[in-house]
Amino acid sequence: MELGFYLSGLVAVLATVGLISGSSPVHAVVYLIVSLIAVALVFFALGAPFAGALEIIVYAGAIMVLFVFVVMMLNLRPEAKRDPLWLRPGYWLGPSLLALVLLVALVALISDGQAGMTIDGELITARDIGLTLFGPWLIVVELAAILLLAALVTASHVGRRNKPRGNRNRGGTR
Amino acid sequence: MTGIPMEHGLILAVILFSLGLAGLMLRRSMLFVLMSLEVMLNAAALAFVVGSTAWNQPEGQAMFLLVITLAAAEASVGLALMIQLYQRFRSLELHEVSRMRG
Amino acid sequence: MMMAATLLSFLLPLAGAIVLGFSGGRLGPRASAAIGVGSVGLAALATAWALLTFSGDSQGFTLWTWVSVGEFQPTMGVVVDRLSLVMMSIITGVGFLIHLFAVWYMVGEAGITRFYAWMNLFVFSMLVLVLADNLLLLFLGWEGVGLCSYGLIGYYYQNEANGRAAFKAFIVTRTGDVFLALGLFLIFVELGTLDIGLVLEQAPRVWAEGSVTANLAALLVLGGALGKSAQVPLHTWLPDAMAGPTPVSALIHAATMVTAGVYLIARLNGLFLLAPDVMWLVGIIGALSLLLAAFAALAQTDIKRVLAYSTMSQIGYMFLALGVGAFDAAIFHLMTHAFFKALLFLSAGAVIISCHHEQDLSRLGGLWRKLPVAYAGFLAGGASLVALPLVTAGFFSKDEILWQAMASGHYGLFAAGLTGAVLTGLYTVRLILGIFHGQPRSDHARHPRPGTSPLRHHLPLAILAVLSTFVGAWLYPGLEVVFPPPPDDATNAGHTLFQFLATGAVLAGLALAGWLFLARRRWLDAKVGRGLGARLWILFNRAWGFDALFDRTLVRPWQALVRVLRFDFINLGMNLPAVIARLCNAGLVRSQDGQLRTYAKVMVFGATVILVGLVMTQGGGA
Repeated sequence: MELGFYLSGLVAVLATVGLISGSSPVHAVVYLIVSLIAVALVFFALGAPFAGALEIIVYAGAIMVLFVFVVMMLNLRPEAKRDPLWLRPGYWLGPSLLALVLLVALVALISDGQAGMTIDGELITARDIGLTLFGPWLIVVELAAILLLAALVTASHVGRRNKPRGNRNRGGTR
Repeated sequence: MTGIPMEHGLILAVILFSLGLAGLMLRRSMLFVLMSLEVMLNAAALAFVVGSTAWNQPEGQAMFLLVITLAAAEASVGLALMIQLYQRFRSLELHEVSRMRG
Repeated sequence: MMMAATLLSFLLPLAGAIVLGFSGGRLGPRASAAIGVGSVGLAALATAWALLTFSGDSQGFTLWTWVSVGEFQPTMGVVVDRLSLVMMSIITGVGFLIHLFAVWYMVGEAGITRFYAWMNLFVFSMLVLVLADNLLLLFLGWEGVGLCSYGLIGYYYQNEANGRAAFKAFIVTRTGDVFLALGLFLIFVELGTLDIGLVLEQAPRVWAEGSVTANLAALLVLGGALGKSAQVPLHTWLPDAMAGPTPVSALIHAATMVTAGVYLIARLNGLFLLAPDVMWLVGIIGALSLLLAAFAALAQTDIKRVLAYSTMSQIGYMFLALGVGAFDAAIFHLMTHAFFKALLFLSAGAVIISCHHEQDLSRLGGLWRKLPVAYAGFLAGGASLVALPLVTAGFFSKDEILWQAMASGHYGLFAAGLTGAVLTGLYTVRLILGIFHGQPRSDHARHPRPGTSPLRHHLPLAILAVLSTFVGAWLYPGLEVVFPPPPDDATNAGHTLFQFLATGAVLAGLALAGWLFLARRRWLDAKVGRGLGARLWILFNRAWGFDALFDRTLVRPWQALVRVLRFDFINLGMNLPAVIARLCNAGLVRSQDGQLRTYAKVMVFGATVILVGLVMTQGGGA
């Protein structure tokens, strides 16, 4: 179990690094899918099979497909290789430093904790989760439903096709 | 069978979160920004599940459900916006969309 | 009975002013003239009635108490004694004649209703001034006449210069009024009352003769009188005030308003007698103004300016008389001066209108055949002005003043008065010769249109001409009962001899004038044309440079101060928050660069800071 956890964790981290440093959109999507599947494996290793299944079905299976569809629809090409901006330290130093500091702070925060729990891989079945969801935590279901409704309306309105607006463009640096 | 210390799980989540954050700040194309956001949300969901399994309680995974729903909603709206952006500006570069300046 | 008449005499012009003022243009010129002249005419009748029913003793009548604050209780009351009756008669009588003439003079002018409204208001204010029984009410009348003077000088307001002249008059007299107000404060503080009778009673009890407060009070009152009566140094407004219509100059700036200062000092004679030094100053100022103005009148080119300086000079005589303690003589001269100066101004008005508003001496001439009535008026008035012996009223009053001056021992003042008499002859002859004799020097003078209306043009001039002769002198009631005794009281011994002396001086002056201006005309013109003569002429023409002096010492520094004060530094301080806000805004706006990445970076930075802060402070136990 531990081996599965650590290996999958490593894969997830590496895939994410590949995601944020890639230049081709399709490659990036693939990297993300790999990362998500690796995290699902981590869930399985921890003893949360329902979460893992849900991760693959919904996250990697639906949301990522959305991304693929959009990349396909907009016909995105890979960005120009090695654009000069990427190389300049003034560009990536600040954000990287910030993220690093945040990382260090959080790790320090976690390491100092005295919870001392260990995960021993006991399975939490779908049945347990179902009983919780339709019992005391019913509100989660309701909230999720409303959230999805809102997203549905918004996405269908914002994503509508506009007739090409020629000279009425208010766009950037044309 | 020794267990996995909860700290390690949380540290994994934190590492993924920071990577997503770095990607958010570094990338210029909106598609990559959205994908970095997905990574961050995923890391948060991972933290919830780690807690759930550590304490052996299903509530953490109920929250995980909500987080996934949120990710789905956010991804759909974000992608719709990205489509609109592309249609108006013909590019996904975020530094060109800075008219709300000043 | 008499009280009712007195009240009517000033309420009628007030009613006229109110009706005309609020008519809003609905009254035509004829109706306005009818109301304006009619109200003053009725007031004159009321005055005549009051004269007839006057019992000989002074009577007071209080209408109501104006203000009542603790001890300060001035009333709206009138007091009628011989002095106020004399003044009333002059104001309404001469005023009526001038109003009548003004109907002829102002025909065709715009804004006639406004003219008569101001004139009626003026008559009302002047009557309040002379009838008031307390100093506060007197001050009301005082300010009222100042206001009307301003309104009437600036009557032709379309021309900016006239507006400025009105301003100048108002401001200079206002300066005097400040002194008068301070004097009133002092009197009230020291004596506890403003009632004139009580003031004159209390003053000798509270103040010792020659004490500082007495001197101060008298000095302050004198300051006020100087402004109104156009004596040195507050005289610069009078020549410029000739910008107003000629009837205004006749009524306000010859017969009545400018004599208000003389009346004030005469009324407060008790106060001045307690301050002999100030009396002496009054005499000096009178002599100074007398001479200064006479010299200036010699070198003026505008008819009305000559008459203005002449007025200033004659009022100098009145001040001289007041200064030596001859209050009766001063009022006598006030009355005769009102007659002949009004006559002169009205005749000048006749000339001006007949010659199509030509006022420049150098462009008139040869008019004695074509304007006989005006010529006669000038001769009668001028004779009285130079004090032609025995036939004119002016002779009697001027002689009385000079006699009193000598009797009081002030020989310097007497000499000044005598010199002034000679100079008066000079400038009067110059004026009359310039207007009526010689060759006409312009088209306007060649084709004048004489006034022919007997009622409005001839009658006022005729009546005033008669009054300027010895008839006017007969009419004067002695005011010995009102005033303390003058320097010469009992002895009349040297008086007849003195009258010969005065006669001689006057005739000498006339002879000199005749010789200079008739026989030696060309020599005179050459002398004046260059060198010392030219410089003297310019000095006299500019009235010894007082205008320039005041301009440099008072007006320019004031304007510079105003320019400095325009820069409001307190406002700068109050603008400081706004400036700071704007600076901060400019700085903060830079952070809104519209880039999503920047915002993301900033948010992460903030979150990091908070987190790191938590880690540090709580040691990770969270």
